[in-house]
Amino acid sequence: MFTEFLQFLLSGVTVGATYALVGVGFSIIYNASQVINFAQGEFVMLGGMMAWFLFERAGLPMPAAVPLAIAGTVLVGLALEKFAIEPARNASIVTLIIITIGASIFLRGGAQLVWGRDFHALPALSGDAPIDLSGVAVNPQSLWVMGCTVVVVILLHWFFSRTMTGRAMRAVAFNMLAAQLAGVNNRLILMFSFGLSAALGALAGVLIAPITLTYPDVGIMLGLKGFCAAILGGLGYPYGAIVGGLIVGISEAMTAGYVSSAYKDAVAFVIILMTLFFMPNGLFGRRGIERV
Amino acid sequence: MIRDIFSRAAVCLLSALAVLILAAGGARAAEPIKIGSFLAVTGGASFLGDPEKKTLEMYVARVNANGGVIGRQIELVLYDSGTDAKKAASFVKRLINDDKVDIILGGTTTGETMAVVPLVEKAGIPFISFAGAGVIVQPVKKWVFKTPHTDGLAVQKIYEDIQAQGLSKVALFAGSGGFDKSCRANAHTLAGKYKIEIVADETHGKGDTDMTPQLTKIKNTGGVEAFLYCGFGADSVVAAKNYRQLGLTLPHYQSHGSASKRFVTGSGGAAEGIRLPAAALLVAGQLPDSHPQKTLALQFEADYRAKFNEPISTFGGHAYDGLMIAIGAIERAGSTDPEAVRAEIEKTANYIGVDGIYTMSPEDHLGLDTNSFVMVEIRNGDWQLLK
Repeated sequence: MFTEFLQFLLSGVTVGATYALVGVGFSIIYNASQVINFAQGEFVMLGGMMAWFLFERAGLPMPAAVPLAIAGTVLVGLALEKFAIEPARNASIVTLIIITIGASIFLRGGAQLVWGRDFHALPALSGDAPIDLSGVAVNPQSLWVMGCTVVVVILLHWFFSRTMTGRAMRAVAFNMLAAQLAGVNNRLILMFSFGLSAALGALAGVLIAPITLTYPDVGIMLGLKGFCAAILGGLGYPYGAIVGGLIVGISEAMTAGYVSSAYKDAVAFVIILMTLFFMPNGLFGRRGIERV
Repeated sequence: MIRDIFSRAAVCLLSALAVLILAAGGARAAEPIKIGSFLAVTGGASFLGDPEKKTLEMYVARVNANGGVIGRQIELVLYDSGTDAKKAASFVKRLINDDKVDIILGGTTTGETMAVVPLVEKAGIPFISFAGAGVIVQPVKKWVFKTPHTDGLAVQKIYEDIQAQGLSKVALFAGSGGFDKSCRANAHTLAGKYKIEIVADETHGKGDTDMTPQLTKIKNTGGVEAFLYCGFGADSVVAAKNYRQLGLTLPHYQSHGSASKRFVTGSGGAAEGIRLPAAALLVAGQLPDSHPQKTLALQFEADYRAKFNEPISTFGGHAYDGLMIAIGAIERAGSTDPEAVRAEIEKTANYIGVDGIYTMSPEDHLGLDTNSFVMVEIRNGDWQLLK
């Protein structure tokens, strides 16, 4: 009975960790621009697809393929900001959000054109043989997903509290005009936030590709669930998105395990509706910072 | 707008020219038999439509080179529907009204096929579909036939195998796509006939990244003797991997939706031991010499490989069978009179095709039974014919 619970929990934490990485990306871009970047899921797809391509097709070793795939996705993220968001920076937020939806469709179509519609498998980083922890079967790749998420959280914390760029990003999030007056280069921050989000998305993509395979549409659902995570945690609170992701992932696993798997996918969306009804600012969002 | 007018004018001129040429040609030889086709050569189902198009073109050329049918050449009028049901419907209107074809073959997906069913029924033109779902021919529609196996047949084949092993308690796991749901519904309705009891029934969403909770539940359900998964594509790979991760060892069955090499390579070692029903074409080389389809399957495989230099897919077989059933019916009818051809298609009996051996009737416009499938097991990353 208890091992069953642990097995569900393990599943929830693994899936939740990927939602969290995607959700953090939403929050970072939102902080810099108030834009919700709906191409976030496509960063996940690009990370996985590029890693597969570099490893399987170009024959690079895994330690080279993974960083290159992340770097490639960062370039796409920067290009998206430079050529799609920046030229329209005087447009309304809604327009910018629509641009990101367009970009996501474009990236999906591009991936289909370049890599085909089929699914591809990336080998697991340390084998497929499950580890048996007193009755709970653990996929080694799950440990990678969880471990990397923890490392990312630590690095992000250090980055936002100790580095000049990180503090500048927080300043922009808090008050864009004041930050600008204090000499923060807004445009650079926006650019940087797209790069950082793309890197986090790509990392999630690379880590999850051995578990779920990778294909052009893989980012749609992950993007939506990541968005739920970000909303639940409070948009603009990267740590909130991490907690949100874990909550969404674990609730899904528990619903599938104890209630009915038919309702599993509804869980995330029920959570998002409940959050918006009762806590519009999310779990960690503060009231009273609404912009007029 | 202007461009539109110009292109329309160009089309008018061209068709006028075509009519003139055809009229001139008609004076020389007997009028060709017009076979109309609409296939998803591009778009989402292009991996199905493309081999279908290649197969049709290759065999129409071959039949023509051998003197055609009832002394007349075949003219293939083929449109690419782009996996779009609306486009499919407008192309079929064109095939009926403008091209005035004698018979229509095609409809790569169920959606496209169902969109044109009312049109062919109204026009009274024989139509053989290459799409999978049982709903196309159940209930029977006067002018509509189809060649591919249905998921219902696949489930029956699997149940036969489960029963043959003396097992009866099945855990069912299905995705949420159209194919998955239809397969699951069939698994429920057919269970009684094979004295099978479904003791666990779980589902997952499309694109799910982890299915261990559902599989853990199945693992902890008492008395399960066999596991059946309904779904295809990346989802079926995740299911196979999670199944292996949890250390489940029950006999694992999947549908013919997983009968592709992508499934085997995608799952790595996790696909080993999985059993599934597949078209005989998949294991043509392993079939016993007594198997009626062996010669044809090997021949079809060799022809396709020689012409297009790519591995065979079972989808080309749907088109081959559709074309050959149509040609057989026209030959027996001795004309292209729609009612005569339709009646002859319905009388198709013991036609040995790539997909199986067809015997149609007024109640059965598919004409296949479970013998059209063979059971295979995945061993060492390849298909192993069972029995």
